[in-house]
Amino acid sequence: MREVAIVAAGMTNFGELWQSSLRRMFVDAASEALEAAGVKKVDSIYIGNMSAGQFVGQEHLGPLMAGELGQAGAAAARVESACASGGVALRTAFMDVASGMSDLVLATGVEKMTDGADVTAVLASAADQELEAYYGITFPGLYAMIARAHMQKYGTTEEDLAWVSVKNHRHGAMNPKAQFGREVTLEQVMKSTPVSEPLRLLHCSPVSDGAAAVLLCPLDQAHKYTDRPVQIIGTGLATSSIALADRSDMTYLDAVQLSAVRAYEMAGVGPADLDVAEVHDCFAIAEICCIEALGLVEKGKGGAAARDGLTALGGKIPVNTSGGLKSKGHPVGATGIAQTIEIFEQLRGDCGKRQVEGAKVGLTQNMGGSGASSATHLFRRV
Amino acid sequence: MPSPRYWREVPARLRLEAARCIPCNKTLYPARPICPTCGGKEFEPTTLSRTGKVLTSTVVHVPPTEFHMEAPFAMAIIETPEGARLMTQVVDCVPQSVQPGMEVKFEFRLIRKEGHTGILCYGHKAVPAGV
Repeated sequence: MREVAIVAAGMTNFGELWQSSLRRMFVDAASEALEAAGVKKVDSIYIGNMSAGQFVGQEHLGPLMAGELGQAGAAAARVESACASGGVALRTAFMDVASGMSDLVLATGVEKMTDGADVTAVLASAADQELEAYYGITFPGLYAMIARAHMQKYGTTEEDLAWVSVKNHRHGAMNPKAQFGREVTLEQVMKSTPVSEPLRLLHCSPVSDGAAAVLLCPLDQAHKYTDRPVQIIGTGLATSSIALADRSDMTYLDAVQLSAVRAYEMAGVGPADLDVAEVHDCFAIAEICCIEALGLVEKGKGGAAARDGLTALGGKIPVNTSGGLKSKGHPVGATGIAQTIEIFEQLRGDCGKRQVEGAKVGLTQNMGGSGASSATHLFRRV
Repeated sequence: MPSPRYWREVPARLRLEAARCIPCNKTLYPARPICPTCGGKEFEPTTLSRTGKVLTSTVVHVPPTEFHMEAPFAMAIIETPEGARLMTQVVDCVPQSVQPGMEVKFEFRLIRKEGHTGILCYGHKAVPAGV
């Protein structure tokens, strides 16, 4: 297997981008990455996208996006694993380069969520249609059930949840591409409108448009495109039961743990080696459960991490320096690639005010559904 | 929802039919061809008890479109004495009173309507056990 590097990145702002179409956002992000590397032609393109078919009635993104990007003829296909689509696109691109099949591969993600579709219903299609969505549960509802179970088992509080949002908005306020690049107070979070008890509006990531792209090549060719490549040193993908009820411990995201173990083993590093991490905080409780499953804190101790500053910039392990899904925005298919870009920039020292000084090893973790699929990646500064 | 899809799910959804895995004794609801626990493929049909206990719950304030008239409503994951778990609404009580540990029973109810001309979709909702 060849060693693989990321050599360039491109990303739109995240937000309600009324003037940008699905295809335009894709082209903006992907061409920024190509131009940064001075690349004219790529071998293949993987497009992480959850549901353009339902959001804008557009399937078959491979040929559409290759053509729009001036790459007609390239091997191109959409990759789908709900909100983990971007992470799985990165993994697919990694395998394409590592195997020797391709030399220059774009891993991308894109989602257009604000063009009028019933977003709650589209997102619910990542749950079990027959056993969950039929009865009226929503995604905030599923995570609310995880939150209540976590509170019951470990004594996690609504205030613990709120601290995750406060921390991530504090980080996002330093990210010019964030949808909500401003701080929120603990009181604002605690008094925001209930969405699905115990989750409130400011515990939830927003509905967003956006696209992101990274360019991969073999590590031994990386210096043709940049003097500061970042190596992908581990990848792990795992699944759990799609229905939340079928998991023996509903407070523990076993797919996240399994995807992390696979990535750690491949990379030969562990949680203690990480300098910075981007994790899937679609809801505040998700960040708490993810940092437990990734081994950043002990099982059951995730609730205190944001409150105590452990996961804040300047803390032991800064989590979601980009602002996370909560503040940066969550165009679902693009999220896994946007997380990758934050770590790419952190390891290159390009993050300005939110830079983790001297960061060498970073992690991204991107999940689908109520934690039914998870992709974890590990990166190292070269 | 096309009527064949609704019809296919009638045994589990309307009659609470399940399957007991013969090798590992786990109850699968609904029945499926391969046991997720042991990989077994031999089953014995069984029917779930119409009682259970809330494992976790929420009160949905922002509902799916078809449920707008019902919000806020309680939803819970309920475990039956056989160990099967069902996601259902919990009704006929104050939504906030639905908490882990609560004992409930299942009642046959209308779940959703598919517009003005579509199927009336039935299933089970939970109610407090004492009611």
